[in-house]
Amino acid sequence: MRVFVPISVGGWARLFSRWDVLAVLLILGLLAFLGTASRHLFQPLAELQRTPPSLDPVNLPEYAARTTLRMLVAMALSLLFTFTYATLAAKSRRAERLLIPLLDILQSVPILGFISVTVVFFMALAPGKVLGAEFAAIFAIFTSQAWNMAFSFYQSLRTVPTELIEASRNFRLTPWMSFWRVDVPFAMPQLIWNMMMSMSGSWFFVVASEAISVGNTTVTLPGVGSYIALAIQQQNLHAVGWAIGTMLVVILIYDQVLFRPLVAWADRFRFEQEPGLIAPRSWVLDILRRSRIVDRMTRPFAALWHYTMIPHRPNTDVAVKHEPQTRRGWIAFQSGLIVSALAALALWQSASFILEGIKLADVGTTLLLGLATLARVVVLIALASVIWVPVGVWVGTRPYAALVVQPIAQFLAAFPANVLFPIAVSLIVAWKLDPNIWLSPLMILGTQWYILFNVIAGASALPAELRAAGANFRVRGWLWWRRIALPAVLPYYVTGAITASGGSWNASIVAEVASWGSEHLEAKGLGAYIAQQTDAGNFHHIVLGIAVMSLYVVIVNRVFWRPLYLYAERKFRLG
Amino acid sequence: MSTALLDIHGLRHTFPKADGGDLLVLDGIELEVAQGQIVGLLGRTGSGKSTLLRLIAGLAQPSDGSVTYLGQPVNGPAPGIAMVFQGFALFPWLTVLENVQLGLEALGLPEPEIRKRALAAIDLIGLDGYESAYPRELSGGMRQRVGFARALVVHPNILLMDEPFSALDVLTAETLRTDFLELWGDGKLPIKGVILVTHNIEEAVLMCDRILLFSNNPGRIIREIAVDLRQPRNRLDPQFRDLVEKIYVAMTARTPSAAQAGTERQITINTALPRVSANLFSGLIETLAAAPYNGKADLPVLADELHLEGDELFPVAEAMQMFHFAEVEGGDIKLTDAGKQFAELGTDDRKRLFQRQLLTYIPLAAHIRRILQERANHVAPRSRFLDELEDHMSTDDAEHTLRAVTAWGRFGEAFAYDDDSGMFSLENPT
Repeated sequence: MRVFVPISVGGWARLFSRWDVLAVLLILGLLAFLGTASRHLFQPLAELQRTPPSLDPVNLPEYAARTTLRMLVAMALSLLFTFTYATLAAKSRRAERLLIPLLDILQSVPILGFISVTVVFFMALAPGKVLGAEFAAIFAIFTSQAWNMAFSFYQSLRTVPTELIEASRNFRLTPWMSFWRVDVPFAMPQLIWNMMMSMSGSWFFVVASEAISVGNTTVTLPGVGSYIALAIQQQNLHAVGWAIGTMLVVILIYDQVLFRPLVAWADRFRFEQEPGLIAPRSWVLDILRRSRIVDRMTRPFAALWHYTMIPHRPNTDVAVKHEPQTRRGWIAFQSGLIVSALAALALWQSASFILEGIKLADVGTTLLLGLATLARVVVLIALASVIWVPVGVWVGTRPYAALVVQPIAQFLAAFPANVLFPIAVSLIVAWKLDPNIWLSPLMILGTQWYILFNVIAGASALPAELRAAGANFRVRGWLWWRRIALPAVLPYYVTGAITASGGSWNASIVAEVASWGSEHLEAKGLGAYIAQQTDAGNFHHIVLGIAVMSLYVVIVNRVFWRPLYLYAERKFRLG
Repeated sequence: MSTALLDIHGLRHTFPKADGGDLLVLDGIELEVAQGQIVGLLGRTGSGKSTLLRLIAGLAQPSDGSVTYLGQPVNGPAPGIAMVFQGFALFPWLTVLENVQLGLEALGLPEPEIRKRALAAIDLIGLDGYESAYPRELSGGMRQRVGFARALVVHPNILLMDEPFSALDVLTAETLRTDFLELWGDGKLPIKGVILVTHNIEEAVLMCDRILLFSNNPGRIIREIAVDLRQPRNRLDPQFRDLVEKIYVAMTARTPSAAQAGTERQITINTALPRVSANLFSGLIETLAAAPYNGKADLPVLADELHLEGDELFPVAEAMQMFHFAEVEGGDIKLTDAGKQFAELGTDDRKRLFQRQLLTYIPLAAHIRRILQERANHVAPRSRFLDELEDHMSTDDAEHTLRAVTAWGRFGEAFAYDDDSGMFSLENPT
């Protein structure tokens, strides 16, 4: 800990160090950004219609600011959700039984489905105001961010080392204190990694959520997403280019101003205690840390925060919670009862909702369409694997190549592939190709990179000793791949492929129906079905489509990915 | 009238088993700790001594009996009882100073006092200059010093130590022990009593005023030994050696001995087996057969010679005894005829002899072999045997036991096991 010297002691020359100047600039920039971006929140909806979004690139900075703000608000909500939901699940065995399966299902529900179903509800929350539409958009972005963050946090909380928990109890930390000083720090590195993934993933849905159109309800919120939607509508290739450029800049700023400082800051929460690893650095964090003005401004908040940690009741007797063993069965029975009751209620609700406007034949149709989409996902993942696994291994075993390619792959994963759809559509139309086949690659355009960068990570984690042993025994060619490279990357590959497969299902809703101006292309599949029903505003059919898609995702995960993952973990995990 | 610091009466503790039953880990524990004492809890891994320490710390509640601290029942982490952990349990995201301050912050003390006491503790324990270091920057010895400073800073009456030196190398551990004893002897530590859990016999004799010997499964106190030697103690002092020898004798007296026919503890299908590799077996038999031992050795001497701690040597000795390769009695280990024969054979013959002993004396191995022979296709799933074992022991013990017998079966080529399919079989890959 540092000893603070009052600023006045330092004299004039040191009153404003260059760190201070930079820090003040950063903070003013942040304030200006917040002001611009949130100005329109309380305007009536009609205002939006009077000033429709325009394709003038001059507007892009403002649009980008508003989009960014939505993503950040969604991120804040996701964190809030993570800290409460995951904590409850990890701390209470009773809650866990319900919350974790529920989270698993939520993860499988196509995110674009959430938008279609919830937009009306949110619009009703703030009738006639822009705020309602903003809620809907933010909620959609939230659903694309929150689940994996909550999962990661839950898993971290479950794996806090027993000795640390015992130490914090032995020194009688209050629950609030041990949450912030033990649980959260322990989970932090993993959580930040997931936040980055979430932020990347949510770009895809930003484009879909800003131009919301469900049946008769059409709202266009100013933002990069709606700008792209408009550009596609007007077949303005220049504007698409501008939008892509803007996104590149915004993603770069996220990286420099938000995530890099976070990663550098969270480095000290790494649990592995080996010294000597190169610590990540961030210039933004350096500025904030070295500036005395920032230090002074944050000190009252730090003190307040510290105050909440002090036990205010005399902290004498923290009794051990004793769950008598005879009651364990009873608790299981009780929670089983509650879960069954909730499940029955949910089943009855959705069944009656769906059945109201749906014939049995519709169910059959969606199941068949689901098979078509499933076939696409399977073929595409296989193709992507055949291409990217060798590439990933090649790159991963060459440290310098990995250093260059890894960030690019992560960036490509963040890049919303739907921006590129117009190009694909115009090509398909120009060459008169079959959309059933040629629209499919769009599904995996954005998600294939998860396979690539996970395989790279796996290949670079292969110990030099093992590689040397392979070289020493002159293991080469196919034998090298079969016995060394592929087993070593399998656990990583499976992780990447699971993400890619889930993402592809999600993307099918946008990818199976693509348009460029007046050209509309459609592939037969469940994604196209949901997209059409959304356009038509058939809520019963939307819900049916979403339910069937979730069902497919859950089944594929349970029947295929999970066993494969467990097998790879058990057999091939090094160390 | 002086009340005891700590009073444990009629303590009994069970863990839930997989099948819903209870596994008894501690039974009939009576213990009183007076002021100014260092009490050692000495026993093998799995004797429940660490569990007892956690019950004293209030981290768990005993199934039966009472723990009383200064006349008050302990039913949660009590102020005045602080713990030093085997794996240090430092928070890697807090600096040395912050780690030490944590316990004081939880007490809600004012900031200046927290700082003053933390710095004093750091000073006392020899950590000056490391205040702003993170644990990962420190060596193991320095980390454990932080563990000590953190425990002492809250001015506990009782200091609980859970094998605090076992994760350190020999030299570092010795330095830390000496430093601790010096501070304790000079009355510089703000503590009134110490309870030390250890499996290291010499460490116990070196540090403790009283040593309580624990038996295994369930943990019971089998013997109490007072150590009257004056500090600082010398490991080479004959009296010191006598005490160590005495403890070895006491601890091996409990293990079943083939010589005591009739009173022998019966090994059954459901006996927990120690995980000892066949290599260690062979190595120890060879060492024992050769000079200077010529078939018989004093356990403490052997442990010293092989740089094994008692805790590492006992399981091997026990396993050798189960196989009737050796007899252990009165702190001595003696090769049987089978053991001497084993030492002289070549690899293939050794395997044959090992198989014979395994199938004759280890009922679980014979059981697996019999099931495999009875079945038409000569295969059986591992889970079948694991389930059987779990009815009689904890999940961990069952897992260990099955692994031990699998490794022995493989070495003796009594049966084969395929981890991918989880199947035992009679066929070895040809």
